[in-house]
Amino acid sequence: MSVTGLEFAGQETAAGEAALDADAAKIQGRSQWQLTWRRLRQDKVAMAALAVIAIMILLAIFAPAFVTITHHPPNIAYPNTGEDAAGNPVAPGTNGFWLGTDGTGRDLFIRILYGARISLFVGFVTTAIGAVAGVAVGLMAGYFGGVVDTVLARFTDAVLAFPYVVLALALAVVLGPSLTVIMGVIAFFSWAAIARIVRGQTLSIKEKEYIEAARSLGAGPFRIMFLDILPNLLAPVLVLATLYIPTAVVFEATLSYLGLGIQPPTASWGNIMADAQNFYQTSWWYVVFPAMALLITTLAFNLFGDGIRDAMDPRTERVFAAGRARRRGRRGKRQVLADDSQSGPSHVAPYIPPAGGS
Amino acid sequence: MAIIGFLIRRILTGIVVVWLVATGAFFLFFARPVSTVARQLAGHAATPQVINEVIRNLGLNQPIMVQYWHFIDGLLHGNLGFSYFTQEPVDTMLKQDLPPTVSLVIGGIVLWLIAGLTVGIISATRPRSLFDRFSNVAVLIGLSMPVFVIGELLILVVFVPLNQHGFTWIATGYSGPSQGLGTWMGHMILPWITLAAVQAAVYTRLTRGQLLDTLGEDYIRTARAKGLSERRVIFKHGVRAALTPVVSQLGVDVGQLLGGVVVVEAVFGLGGLGQVSVQAIDTDNLPVIIGFVIVAAAFVVVANIIVDLVYALLDPRVRIA
Repeated sequence: MSVTGLEFAGQETAAGEAALDADAAKIQGRSQWQLTWRRLRQDKVAMAALAVIAIMILLAIFAPAFVTITHHPPNIAYPNTGEDAAGNPVAPGTNGFWLGTDGTGRDLFIRILYGARISLFVGFVTTAIGAVAGVAVGLMAGYFGGVVDTVLARFTDAVLAFPYVVLALALAVVLGPSLTVIMGVIAFFSWAAIARIVRGQTLSIKEKEYIEAARSLGAGPFRIMFLDILPNLLAPVLVLATLYIPTAVVFEATLSYLGLGIQPPTASWGNIMADAQNFYQTSWWYVVFPAMALLITTLAFNLFGDGIRDAMDPRTERVFAAGRARRRGRRGKRQVLADDSQSGPSHVAPYIPPAGGS
Repeated sequence: MAIIGFLIRRILTGIVVVWLVATGAFFLFFARPVSTVARQLAGHAATPQVINEVIRNLGLNQPIMVQYWHFIDGLLHGNLGFSYFTQEPVDTMLKQDLPPTVSLVIGGIVLWLIAGLTVGIISATRPRSLFDRFSNVAVLIGLSMPVFVIGELLILVVFVPLNQHGFTWIATGYSGPSQGLGTWMGHMILPWITLAAVQAAVYTRLTRGQLLDTLGEDYIRTARAKGLSERRVIFKHGVRAALTPVVSQLGVDVGQLLGGVVVVEAVFGLGGLGQVSVQAIDTDNLPVIIGFVIVAAAFVVVANIIVDLVYALLDPRVRIA
């Protein structure tokens, strides 16, 4: 993705907007990031998703404050107030338990908050590790080519096709399930998708003339890779990383649900839901609230990731423009369709695979 | 003839892959002290003599290369060793657990492909229509839903209320087709939907994107200009070309499918390979887990060969060679 191409496309549309709105007389130079932020701010869905993510992060950080307010530490059971006569969890709002209690009479709200700490921590840290590793592998494979490329690309494909639950199963047996082990497993699977995209982009960028120029000035391979190529890859990597965070959160929850991840009494959304299995008939909140926490978080990250992708893709404006044109009735449906796919050089926006759940 | 050469080469590489996975699993599992297993088997109050006896019975006192040789030799004879606890042969155990897993995988794949492709094609042919917007929202929710959350919610909002009102066709646990097809489907319908839901979302999005791109190609305009019917243009010219990336994605997703199978089996208590392996972890029953890892590797290899064949059939530019 070339910065110049992006800026040009961006300014072009910015100019179009200015002419339409007639509120900006002259065209300012704007960096790619400024343009992206400008577009992102207009995307109401993405901004709402960002707000949800921010609230989630704040709730996770201030979980101990809620313990102070409710006087319910996450691992303390309240057999008298937290369970009814039959020993089942009490409903939301009873005896000061905002979201009810869990199977052993602990405060469900507090446990979900502490689960958020684990989920978000695992999500961000493993994604960061994966992004760094994926960029390194992708750059090396794409830049050096030849045997290095063959070996790294085959390895990447193998990792992408490997059943992660099976590896988690094996490692949980050998090393015993723990936070470190699941973070290792998740990080191990996080880099491959990023490496594949980075490799493809590197292959096309390294043939550009400015790379040739850098090389003829005597720049070494690592200088070229990290100073000349990498800055042009940050946009797709950022999008992929944002879309990987929910996948990592789901990984952690799934492994904990199967008993391969976070071990009780430490709370995780996955192991809360595993415990809830025994209380379907009596306590709907025990299943529904952790499920909603998980769903809202992953949905927010997915929506925000899609928003960033659209904001960074110079083709997006044209798609909207094509939609406007169609509504004005100037063109037929088929031509708009053709424009959707043909506007913008195809190498600008790499195909970014959708974040798959597990 | 080219196809036979291709098959032979792919099967040979496939065998090498399975061998590598098996060897990796073997050494991974034996890189830890054998006495833990023996102590667990012998019980808390066991004397060192008893523990040594157990180790000898399991053959864990032999040099690792000798154990490896026995392992590979057994593997070639279709013998995966014996469960540490029941002394049952692992291959017999896995065979018993195979029917729920196979039922789940086949039904799940059929449902997910039908749902994903149909919704994707309809969305792509009517972009920005009400249906398209609705399906986009559904896809996003599907993508954000972990498999076990869908399963748990289905149990909570479908299974539990229906059973409370005496409607017991939909059930959990597993019942084989030999017990009656209707009963089998009643047991499998929720697992199928659960397994298919997330993947259907991925494939809807992929199919829609690919078909939208394809329908913008010049040759589609040519086909329309020739006066071909819209149905013919979309299915004969559009869908066929759009499907190739979808099929190649299928090869990558087979591994993820196995993960989904393990989760779905656990949610609905189906038994099956995945659930048995997860249970084997609690008891450190290594032969069972090694067996599952090998079966999983073989499954991924075979599925990828099939996917490559289908790929070549769909896209005449791809040569099998």
